[in-house]
Amino acid sequence: MATRPMPAAATPIPWWRHRQILPWLVQAAVGLIVLVLVAFLVSNLVRNLTAAGLLLSFGWLDNPAGFPIAETALPYDPAMPYWRALAAGLVNTLRVVLAGLVGSSLLGLVAGSAAFSSNGLLRRLARGYVELIRNIPLLLQLVFWYFVVFLALPNGSAAIQLPGLVLAKSGLYLGAAQLVNGVWQAPISLSVEFGALLTGLVVYTGAFIAEVVRGGIASVPRGQWEAARSLGLSQPQTLVQIVLPQALRVIVPGLNSQFISLAKNSSLAVACGYPDFYSVASTTGNQTGRDVEVVVILLGAYLVIDLLISALMNGVNRLVQLKER
Amino acid sequence: MSEAPLMQRPNSWQTAANARLRMARFRQLLALASLGAVLLVSGCASEDGGVQSQKLAMIKSRGKLICGVDGKLPGFSFVSSNGQYSGLDVDICRAVAAAVFGDPTKVDYRDLNSSERFAALASGEVDLLSRNTTYTLSRDAAGGNGLSFGPTTFYDGQGVMTPRASGISSLRDLAGKPVCVESGTTTELNLADQMRQLNVAYTPLKFQTGDQTYAAYLGGRCVAVTSDRSQLAGKRTSFPNPDDHVLLPDVLSKEPLTPASVNADPAWADAIRWTVYALMQAEELGISTSTIDSKLAEAKANPNLAELRRFLGVEGDFGKQLGLPADFVVRIVKAVGNYGEIFDRNVGPGSPLKLDRGLNRQWNNGGLIYSPPFR
Repeated sequence: MATRPMPAAATPIPWWRHRQILPWLVQAAVGLIVLVLVAFLVSNLVRNLTAAGLLLSFGWLDNPAGFPIAETALPYDPAMPYWRALAAGLVNTLRVVLAGLVGSSLLGLVAGSAAFSSNGLLRRLARGYVELIRNIPLLLQLVFWYFVVFLALPNGSAAIQLPGLVLAKSGLYLGAAQLVNGVWQAPISLSVEFGALLTGLVVYTGAFIAEVVRGGIASVPRGQWEAARSLGLSQPQTLVQIVLPQALRVIVPGLNSQFISLAKNSSLAVACGYPDFYSVASTTGNQTGRDVEVVVILLGAYLVIDLLISALMNGVNRLVQLKER
Repeated sequence: MSEAPLMQRPNSWQTAANARLRMARFRQLLALASLGAVLLVSGCASEDGGVQSQKLAMIKSRGKLICGVDGKLPGFSFVSSNGQYSGLDVDICRAVAAAVFGDPTKVDYRDLNSSERFAALASGEVDLLSRNTTYTLSRDAAGGNGLSFGPTTFYDGQGVMTPRASGISSLRDLAGKPVCVESGTTTELNLADQMRQLNVAYTPLKFQTGDQTYAAYLGGRCVAVTSDRSQLAGKRTSFPNPDDHVLLPDVLSKEPLTPASVNADPAWADAIRWTVYALMQAEELGISTSTIDSKLAEAKANPNLAELRRFLGVEGDFGKQLGLPADFVVRIVKAVGNYGEIFDRNVGPGSPLKLDRGLNRQWNNGGLIYSPPFR
């Protein structure tokens, strides 16, 4: 049996094992590996693109785009340059994302709270909604909303008329809508593509948010409900005034990732013909052949959108946290 | 179909999880590997003066031709309810199989979508691509897709279809109206170019697949849909009421639909090329499924009919030069008929498409179908 001499107690620890130095060494090593990897990938890209004569350039963004876009919130016509077409697409994406964030939060809040209702039917409806929607791919749902629901709407005078809202195949009309020569006109008109995409995103993300809300409410101790009841508050009052404010602390961090997926999922718009950022970028790539540059722009834009949402939600999170005094 | 070549490359940026695209990328890798291999070994002349094509030798030893088709386009390639493929593109595959094996049924068909098709050909997954593919510079060039195109089998052009009841009679009538179009295609770009030239503002509704595009059109969301004229006519036959839809007279582009093989094996490309020319030459000489036997007997009996004797392989060695049997023309015509018969049967008067021969008439009849001399 080999005997190993015990190190003398006085031997100093080598410098690289020092508690203050070792972490830095590890960090530096990891950082170096990442840097080398990135440098390798970038140089590989540049070398191959140079060989193919396709080195990244963005000068083409100033050339006239030449293709029309079905609907734009930002004024646009085909004579405008590519960057303007992309900007119009980006605004279209932001439009559906913002509306989707509001809609899915409201739907999720209602469905998540309904899981705690004393009404059994409401409770089961909420559970059924979540289980049905969560387990069907979003792409299929979008195709369903667009082709089966919205394209089945009647046109002209046969359109579905609700107070303040007209649903027709030619579009969705909000406000005082009237039929002029067989065409609906209203202060606010939306395309069915927008309507289908928004509905799909709201219904899908709403189901996930409902689960986040349910988890948040469940995290509030039962004693809070009981105390509120003993004070004479009704169940809705208890929910809104006592439980939800405390549940927000748990809900908000979970909402953040749902909001981010909503923004990313909006790029499935092409399934229902909505000219979002991705769709416009796709046409731009097809027309210019600048696929790599278009991908870079797409990556950058979606990254920025998601980081903004994240920053915003982190701010909200700080607001609802327990403030210890 | 006529997607722009740059978009044939699978895009890693498609967020819709699409396994097909990933498959296409894998095929591209295979393509590169096999291209290299094929470049090294193909196209050497053998000792007996015949031609040795690596591909042809492989097909013969396999006993089957593998042909890439669309599979969903009535008139060109369509699977019937009993699993049989039929159509103009399919008959080209059958003609090549008849030339190689003397049996038009020795074909395995592969359904390919427009983004897979070139990768499948380059990787050697299919021997021949007969899939309503537009012949363009970038698809032909070695620096592009690097294909070898045969003779054009159908001269097509981009068209616009509208519901008969819409009262639209020209492109100008589309002003302010929604038009359905498949994203990532040359048709998308041609439409934008044409409408810009006419100074007509319209609303393009873009979809990722042909099925979605036609579904939106049939759903009444668009007053027009644009694609190759033959494709529109073919799709129309599968509509609930085909007669309710009309093609506008405007032709927006040139779309020569052409079979293709890989650049790397010129001997195989020649065999395909002359198989297609044989179909055209047979029509020009009045040789059809009903007259082939009498023409063959005539050629054998009369040594003075040199041209006919060479064409039908009674004399000369055209077959051997191509690496095909001496009587390959006879086998082809017996199996599928001549070009005119194929056209009539699949897309012409004998079919639901009822397309006019138009540019696809023989050259001596005012068309573009022209076989170089068999000599």
